Amino acid sequence: MTAPIMTRPEAPSQGASSPASAPAPVAALPRKRRTNPYSWLTESLGKGVAHVFLIAWAVIALFPILWGVFSSLKANDEIFASPWAMPEVLQWDNYVRAWNEADIGRYFWNTIVVVGGSLIVTMVLGAMVAYVLARFQFRLNRPIFYLFMVGMMFPIFLAIVPLFFVVNDLGLLGTHLGLILVLSAYGLPFTVFFLVGFFATLPESVAEAALLDGCGHAETFFRIMLPMAKPGLVSVGIFNFLNLWNNYLIPLVLNPDPEKYVLSQGLASLAITQGYAADYGALFAGLVIAMLPVLAAYLAFHRQLQGGISLGALK
Amino acid sequence: MKHGRTRFITLFLAAPLVLYGVFVLYPYVQGVIISFTDWSGYSRDREFIGFANYIELAGDDRFWAALSHNAMFLLVLPPVTLGIALVFAALTSVAGGKGGRVGPIAGSGWYRAIYFFPNILPIVMSLVLWQFVFNPRIGLLNGFLEAVGLGAWAHAWLGDPNTAPWAVLSVLVWGQIGFYYVLFSASIQGIPREYFEAAQLDGVGRFRMFFTITLPMMLQTVQVAWIYIGMFALDMFVTVAILTPDGGPSGSTDVIATYMQRLAFSGGRFGYSATIGVVLTVLTLLFAFITFRVTRRERVEY
Repeated sequence: MTAPIMTRPEAPSQGASSPASAPAPVAALPRKRRTNPYSWLTESLGKGVAHVFLIAWAVIALFPILWGVFSSLKANDEIFASPWAMPEVLQWDNYVRAWNEADIGRYFWNTIVVVGGSLIVTMVLGAMVAYVLARFQFRLNRPIFYLFMVGMMFPIFLAIVPLFFVVNDLGLLGTHLGLILVLSAYGLPFTVFFLVGFFATLPESVAEAALLDGCGHAETFFRIMLPMAKPGLVSVGIFNFLNLWNNYLIPLVLNPDPEKYVLSQGLASLAITQGYAADYGALFAGLVIAMLPVLAAYLAFHRQLQGGISLGALK
Repeated sequence: MKHGRTRFITLFLAAPLVLYGVFVLYPYVQGVIISFTDWSGYSRDREFIGFANYIELAGDDRFWAALSHNAMFLLVLPPVTLGIALVFAALTSVAGGKGGRVGPIAGSGWYRAIYFFPNILPIVMSLVLWQFVFNPRIGLLNGFLEAVGLGAWAHAWLGDPNTAPWAVLSVLVWGQIGFYYVLFSASIQGIPREYFEAAQLDGVGRFRMFFTITLPMMLQTVQVAWIYIGMFALDMFVTVAILTPDGGPSGSTDVIATYMQRLAFSGGRFGYSATIGVVLTVLTLLFAFITFRVTRRERVEY
């Protein structure tokens, strides 16, 4: 790949034909990258300045989170009196109150059920659609693909009002099953879009061999293609997980019963009510509890996630 | 090979298509239909009233105010966010390297992990935290200003129509940069190193290299990013709804989405709200279309 001339900058290269070198000095002098003898100085100076900017932004990116964690371990009057100070005594019972009295525990389990259910349904159905669209030629292939893409282009606000009535008419308003079905349906476009590209890159020969060996289409899909698509499934799965954990508008509209609140709803309403009840310690503890699962997922998978961003957006 | 093919395709597509049709496509179509009715949502009665909602919308001051806030965010958010993300991506991807070679800066893996962090936080959580940063009584921002002797600048940041939109905007920039930073970094890493090395041979500085090589080579990614963030600026529901409930002080941060949601679910005007949904959809598609047309150019192949 790399032409040798590229890796040996000393060699007189075709670049030497630049008009600046008009007097054509004796070509014996090795041509340095820059003629400036202080280039190493400006270069390391530049790097230093770059690091200053980069570290500054790293601090800003982390700051509200670290502050939230510290505040979750403070007594209430400490939060008020000295927002910048470290906690004097670690108030672990903030977490106990948040979990039990402020209902974070219940919201947490509700979220696990809803996010877990939606994730499974989206991934299974999305992979099935993507596999069929990527590997089979049939007349409705393109129309169906574009039908799914519509869901990515159109703002959900156009659908939200009628959606409320569809869910209501099916008797699913305020149920976890209703939330799971709706969230899965809205997760399909991205999942399909991403996985169609992924399945298309898998080698044709493996699937053919499986079919020749007497595997049915469904068996080939579940036993051969799905395991082969694991990297793509993981990327899209983390994205879906983060989106689901984050979703606010759909639960807000379709899940009015406080007993069934998911974390995002619970935290938003807690932020309002704690303004009156003034138990900020518990509120911050609740925020940290809500953050832990995504933090764990991020630490475990951040390479796949960041790889997935480039994969999904760049083709 | 052909055996059971049609049956397999039908079997695999049936359930997803039903789910998608019932909960996504049908509501979208209904949204358009409802926009031509006077439906209140409380009963099944609805009359088709033609374009009356659209005509009313044209004279609705609150709608135009909300739209102008969207427009403001659409003009400011993409250049600021993408600009900063681009600078950071360039700094970490090509500002380093040993012995004068172009390469990633030391610690770039750390920067990438940290910068993406605001994106993974549950959005409601980060917004509640930011509410505390701006809080006039116990807020960090005012506390900081007092600590450095600028106590006179202390302010109810989210409660003042003059500062509320900018406070919202800064939270958005904070939350969005990480994603675009990672996107741009990946794009820069996709550029063959030979280009940078060849440019170095010709004595091109890193600053010029950015404008003559890096940026042109990743223009396609910037275009995609612009569409993403533009669509985001036309939405913004969660951010505005949580940071500044009820559209903020004097409606100064109200956006189309929050106005629409209030009309439907507290105002009982589902028909009119759907009209706003249709207009928002048209604006979103128009934005994407214009962006593609304006930025269309010869694709750089490499």
